Amino acid sequence: MSTELPVLSAKDFASDQDIRWCPGCGDYSILAQMKTVLASLGKKQEETVFISGIGCSSRFPYYMNTYGLHSIHGRAPAFATGLKSTRPELDVWVITGDGDALSIGGNHFIHLIRRNVDLNIILFNNSIYGLTKGQYSPTSKVGKVTKSTPMGSIDQPLNPLSVAIAAEASFVARSVDTNIKHLRATLQRASEHRGTSFVEVYQNCNIFNDGVWDYAKAKATKDETTVELQHGKPLIYAGGTKGIRLNGFSPETVDLDGNIAQDDLLFHDEKIESSQLAFLLSRMRHPEFPEPIGVFRAVDRPTYDSQINAQVEQAVEKKSKGDLKTLFNSGDTWTV
Amino acid sequence: MSSPAELFPPTKKPAEALSGVTVRLAGDSGDGMQLLGTQLTNTSALSGNDVATFPDFPAEIRAPRGTRAGVSGFQVQFSAEEIFTPGDGVDTLICMNPAALVTNIGDLRRGGILIVNSDGFSDKDLKLAKLDVNPLDDDTVEGYRLIKVPMTTMTRDSVEPTGLSVKFADRCKNFFAMGLVFWLYGRDVEPTLRFIENKFSSKPDVAEANRLALKAGWNYGETTENFASTFSVPAAELEPGVYKNVMGNQALAWGLIAAAELSGKELFLGSYPITPASDILHELAKHKNFGVRTFQAEDEIAAVCSAIGAALGGSMAITTSSGPGIALKGEGIGLGLILELPFIIIDVQRGGPSTGLPTKTEQSDLLMVMHGRNGDSPLPVIAAQSPADCFDVAVEAWRIATKYMTPVFILSDGYIANGSEPWKIPEVESLGKIEINHPGARSPDDEPFMPYARDKNLARPWALPGTPGLMHRVGGLEKQDGTGNVSYDPDNHQHMVDTRAKKVERVAESIADVEVFGKSKGTLVLSWGGTYGACRTAVKTALEAGVEVGHVHLRWINPFPANLEKVLGQYDNVVIPELNTGQLRLLIKDKFLVNAIGLNKVKGKPFHVSEIVDKIKEVAGK
Repeated sequence: MSTELPVLSAKDFASDQDIRWCPGCGDYSILAQMKTVLASLGKKQEETVFISGIGCSSRFPYYMNTYGLHSIHGRAPAFATGLKSTRPELDVWVITGDGDALSIGGNHFIHLIRRNVDLNIILFNNSIYGLTKGQYSPTSKVGKVTKSTPMGSIDQPLNPLSVAIAAEASFVARSVDTNIKHLRATLQRASEHRGTSFVEVYQNCNIFNDGVWDYAKAKATKDETTVELQHGKPLIYAGGTKGIRLNGFSPETVDLDGNIAQDDLLFHDEKIESSQLAFLLSRMRHPEFPEPIGVFRAVDRPTYDSQINAQVEQAVEKKSKGDLKTLFNSGDTWTV
Repeated sequence: MSSPAELFPPTKKPAEALSGVTVRLAGDSGDGMQLLGTQLTNTSALSGNDVATFPDFPAEIRAPRGTRAGVSGFQVQFSAEEIFTPGDGVDTLICMNPAALVTNIGDLRRGGILIVNSDGFSDKDLKLAKLDVNPLDDDTVEGYRLIKVPMTTMTRDSVEPTGLSVKFADRCKNFFAMGLVFWLYGRDVEPTLRFIENKFSSKPDVAEANRLALKAGWNYGETTENFASTFSVPAAELEPGVYKNVMGNQALAWGLIAAAELSGKELFLGSYPITPASDILHELAKHKNFGVRTFQAEDEIAAVCSAIGAALGGSMAITTSSGPGIALKGEGIGLGLILELPFIIIDVQRGGPSTGLPTKTEQSDLLMVMHGRNGDSPLPVIAAQSPADCFDVAVEAWRIATKYMTPVFILSDGYIANGSEPWKIPEVESLGKIEINHPGARSPDDEPFMPYARDKNLARPWALPGTPGLMHRVGGLEKQDGTGNVSYDPDNHQHMVDTRAKKVERVAESIADVEVFGKSKGTLVLSWGGTYGACRTAVKTALEAGVEVGHVHLRWINPFPANLEKVLGQYDNVVIPELNTGQLRLLIKDKFLVNAIGLNKVKGKPFHVSEIVDKIKEVAGK
């Protein structure tokens, strides 16, 4: 018998179930990149668990040949917390959407992040409710006309990254469904981070919200409308012709026409303790700014699952392993 | 330091032997009545009495001082005989202020002893209690043995040597009252002295002040001419064994820990604080050395969902709450049911609907736990009958959950949760192991794994993440039996709904038949949950009065025990006393077409035995 571990390919992570997303959906690409990333990282099928809520994206676990839980709307973070706290050796992924994570599941989303449970959240943001056939979501822009907002949405949208950063996230990133190379690299970074990794993926719903992220996806515009974050590097985009500089507490776009030195630009630092820079970057929105993609923040912080298990170990060390007889006879007893 | 016997010399006054006594301590929320009651209970239990308690306190942490709303009470019956309730009528009532007096005197027996802190009856105190006339001066106290004790003054005098301020000195007056009550009933002060030593170890002056107040109360009893004699309550003849006084929530927590040990599992609790269930969370959090992990979730929904996540991973998972929280958990519980994973949901019931009466008891969540989920979604339901019974119920619930692969509901209530009674400590060896099997690893050459294949109990395999070859996906969508794949097939849905129901019905094969206490014909008292003690005592009383009456108490409500229908058929009348408007009655009528008669009360208080006795007699035509 060979002791060598079999090397898995992306294909090995595919389940036998037919995929039921609409043809042309951005979810296909995310699924494909996930399988590739898991294979390339040498992950094992049996040690990987995908947990989702409700929505189009939440069908994801059915298509992975790993363990999976398609749970209830918005609550995936809670199931994942219970699992990871008791089985810290498992590789746990939460798959969610903008409605699932930020509307019905908003509470669990922020609490998972603040606890820093060592797992990965991938939020498929298509700015629409797809599975219920096209109502506006918590990330839809003001004025968005949908079936439930015939006169336009009047809700101020949430910015998922800003929410995550405010909830003390230790890892925050953004990528785009069709930017395959970038998405793979981002998923890999998320997987490697110890603590809650939060990744927002711009995902196109070609049925109910087609083109919502075109500015960030289209070859013709994406260089102008996005800026790729690189740790320790200045924020430069548009093929090196533009940059981001700080003016007081606010960012501004500048032309790199020779009058501005690179050293004057804003340098990205994903590792600083303070979340101010990450927050500032998360506020840069199209069309005023190019939208940053990549890792906004990656800091080290104790994880919930390691600490809950450490407390069990400490208790055993201090009081020795629990014994029922000792427990039952503790305190005042009497004999009849 | 002198020995307790020197400091607290036994009384020289004559002692009248009693078979049992019910004492109620009533004062302001801040007066330490719960502490006094707990000490009296423990010391009585340690002296061999059977004890039963009923703490009754306001929902507010600091209700307005001196008001009727702020009255906190603690009732304890200690007896030389086996008892099942904290007693109907009160023999001795201790009142610290006018509000406590007027709200409690109605329960004091005619001729009963009424001890009041006469310093607590100033004009200001009367006004706070909304009284124009001092009740000590009108006919309120007529017909009782009123003993006025200036407790505040005497406490201040007694603790003077410690140099404590008046504010702190006044906090010792519950220990003065305790000393007096301990003297009156010949209780041993030693456990309380030990308690003071431990509790105030970092504040030696406070410890000393409380000891002095306790002694002053004791000495007052011996010197005052108000008491010509004391009382003694001999030890009860309980089954031989080692005993411990336990509260319901504590016994439940210990039962859960025991069940985890017996099944070789580590326990995970997902919980959100709620009265009166929080003490289970507090207790479990103390015992992490048993491998217990407690997770205080962000809300009730996360609490149940985290438990399901832990169950998926192979832990013994629990979620605890009370009515409002269980309402929130409904969708999660439905998922747990369709996932067919074992875990335990505990509902410590309180007065409802909505926020209702958080600190008061009720049995009004039965229909919610039976039916409060979308779809046809039956679950096994077991109810604890007394504080000590909570231990056994926890173990049994886990046994059934794992045998049948299903969530199981445990019902408790505020009365059981906070009440206490002696618990006969079981021999650990006598507690049967709980066998759990997880399917092992498979290779690609093996038959494909079927996550919804069923055994003879209709249970599916509990396959754990981490096991090679068993990768599978589960979820809330209807699934094909066997494969567990999502299925919208009409016949499969019918089959799965039927199968899930059948599985719960089959639990009846693993639970004990009901036992009849008393007569097997005539009138039957059918009860469930925390009314056990009052019903058993009432049936005993009625039997002694010559009424043809029997008592059946249900632990399992879903499914009903296999012999219940036959037993019900033996009787002419069935009376169902419940602290709700007739929820078990609805289930019994529906299932067995029995014309059951209800005795229903929703006052946030347990039944008086007499209320049930009267109903038995009325129905039996006596």
